[in-house]
Amino acid sequence: MAEVEIKNYTLNFGPQHPAAHGVLRMVLELDGELVERVDSHIGLLHRGTEKLIENKTYMQAMPYFDRLDYSAPMAQEHGFVLAAEKLIGCEVPRRAQFIRVLYAEISRLMNHLMNVCAQAMDVGATTPMLWGFVERETLMEFYERVCGARMHAAYFRVGGVHQDLPEGLEDDIRTFIKEFPKVLDDISTLLTENRIFKQRNVDIGVVTQEEAMAWGFSGVMLRSTGLPWDIRKAQPYDVYGELDFDIPVGLNGDCFDRYLMRMEEMRQSMKIMEQCLDNMPEGPVLSEDPKVAPPRRTEMKTSMEALINHFKHYTEGVRVPAGETYTAIEAPKGEFGVYLVSDGSSKPYRCKIRAPGFAHLQGMDFLTRGHMLADASAILGSLDIVFGEVDR
Amino acid sequence: MVEFWNSYLLPTVIILAQILAIVVPMLIAMAYLTLYERKVMGAMQLRKGPNVVGLFGMLQPFADGAKLFFKETIIPTGANKFLFLLAPMITFFLALIAWAVIPFDDGWVLADINVGILYLFAISSLGVYGIIISGWASNSRYPFLGALRSAAQMVSYEVSIGFVIITVLLCVGSLNLSEIVRAQSGDLGILNWYFIPLFPMFIIFFVSILAETNRHPFDLPESEAELVAGYQTEYSSMAFALFFLGEYMNMILMCALCTILFLGGWLPPVDIAPFNWIPGVIWFGIKVAALLFVFIWVRATLPRYRYDQLMRLGWKVFLPISLFWVVVTAGFLVAFDMVPA
Repeated sequence: MAEVEIKNYTLNFGPQHPAAHGVLRMVLELDGELVERVDSHIGLLHRGTEKLIENKTYMQAMPYFDRLDYSAPMAQEHGFVLAAEKLIGCEVPRRAQFIRVLYAEISRLMNHLMNVCAQAMDVGATTPMLWGFVERETLMEFYERVCGARMHAAYFRVGGVHQDLPEGLEDDIRTFIKEFPKVLDDISTLLTENRIFKQRNVDIGVVTQEEAMAWGFSGVMLRSTGLPWDIRKAQPYDVYGELDFDIPVGLNGDCFDRYLMRMEEMRQSMKIMEQCLDNMPEGPVLSEDPKVAPPRRTEMKTSMEALINHFKHYTEGVRVPAGETYTAIEAPKGEFGVYLVSDGSSKPYRCKIRAPGFAHLQGMDFLTRGHMLADASAILGSLDIVFGEVDR
Repeated sequence: MVEFWNSYLLPTVIILAQILAIVVPMLIAMAYLTLYERKVMGAMQLRKGPNVVGLFGMLQPFADGAKLFFKETIIPTGANKFLFLLAPMITFFLALIAWAVIPFDDGWVLADINVGILYLFAISSLGVYGIIISGWASNSRYPFLGALRSAAQMVSYEVSIGFVIITVLLCVGSLNLSEIVRAQSGDLGILNWYFIPLFPMFIIFFVSILAETNRHPFDLPESEAELVAGYQTEYSSMAFALFFLGEYMNMILMCALCTILFLGGWLPPVDIAPFNWIPGVIWFGIKVAALLFVFIWVRATLPRYRYDQLMRLGWKVFLPISLFWVVVTAGFLVAFDMVPA
């Protein structure tokens, strides 16, 4: 009998696949149902963000950050404005800092809500997704009320935020904080103690601390291994240093831990939001230094200097002193870093974006190897990948 | 000529009329099952479900049907054309012919054969062919994996279904479905139904029919998170619709079987007025609808099992338990001299 060579089964997972979380394409090598190798192909959503930013003023560059991780737009904006502020060396009014933190946490809620529900969907539970999205819609409304856009906010500015909070918004956010835990409890009754959900997630996609560090993991992926590394605590930015909140840490580094941590982080985010609302002082929301921020509209009607200044801001832009900075924030997905190089002009010389999802996606191969095909989508769900930021 | 008419044509016409009298209401029931599912799921998921086509979306199933009917049937170039089109037909055909032996009410049955339950068992076992053939004939990777999973799954769960049916048969002493229902009648009404003495078996049977009909949490053959749409991935238009119809018909069929075996078929829960004024077929329908509600409820609530977990549940949990219960039931019947004649 002739020798028969047994070949593994190659499966093309995506880019048009209901569980591919966007435009991921993975080539899976299967031995029956077991995954032998995962080859992730990226770049299908590449838009050249970094290069485009080189030809934009700092203010024009900002909206690109909304479009990176579009499940938590303002968190990215936060990273960029902090980097630019560091280069310019300007002061940010305290009220603006509180508003930014408030909205960074709203973004975290939006992101985690989507991710937890998507992870549930990836293991076959459909209902949490729909329950979660009702609440996510409320959060998007908070976005809309403050800046007019549901997703691509472009709200943060170098030196503060664009507008003050509209009237009544504060009360509505407080109502939300009061009512949202009930929805979280509902979702967790469907998932946390569900035996099938546990069977599908416990000990799946285990990552050790060494692996997590070697592959540059951050955020929930890193903390799930037991390392309490959160930039909000380690290198506090804006007013995070003054706020009281806890960092949930995992023990096993598996998909289930990551799910539990995201649920807990949502509760902590609400705690932060409440403190922001309680401690928010009155005052300006944008730096009053004419070299940093454009003048307010009312001033322009009466002051010639303000009009000229406004013109300079919206044509030439702010001249940023030459220098470079790497500024990182704790985005919902992990460490989101912006490496800005300025040559003294009003446009960044280089803007390198460190997206957490990019590092996490690298782990797909070693996390999935030896698991079954169904686990691949569970692991992908728990990695929290959004292609806007991976492909940039 | 008259003799030919009397002895040959007339019975044929009558049988055809009876078949139509079963098939047409079943198709309508199936159409409304899709609406029922979408409405119930919608309510559980804080949405409305279909509500635009017709009053409360009542015409939605027909709109969907018309849409599928007018779509183009796409046959992939690599597919085996004959088998590709044969597979949905097999699935649909098998889902329909099974109804021949189901008693809707006392005496309301097309073929009151004495091996009714074996017939049903045979038909539902054949159901796997439609899926396997479609998976192979599509010549595509996702359908192929879906078909493999489906075959393994249906075979595993049929074993425990078999043992559950044996326990019921031991208590009844007949393979005739109408006899099974009659054996559950008595003065105690609902307490006489087999789901009380055979409660563990009822649960195992219910979970097994979820698996048998490829429903949540056992819908691995078509799990969209992994296999896009499983064995149906390459199908479109009426070919897809036939699969869809067959699947939903199978759901109703399995619920009907569960009703007959455990919930006293057409019998009212208590045999007093006004309950026994209601015709048996209505009771039958109510019981089937209640079981279907649980099907939908499960779908809205539970995540999906993984392939190996499903196999483990089938072979390592359900099979030993059902086997054990066959022995316990048989031993009990012999020990207390209750074996039916």
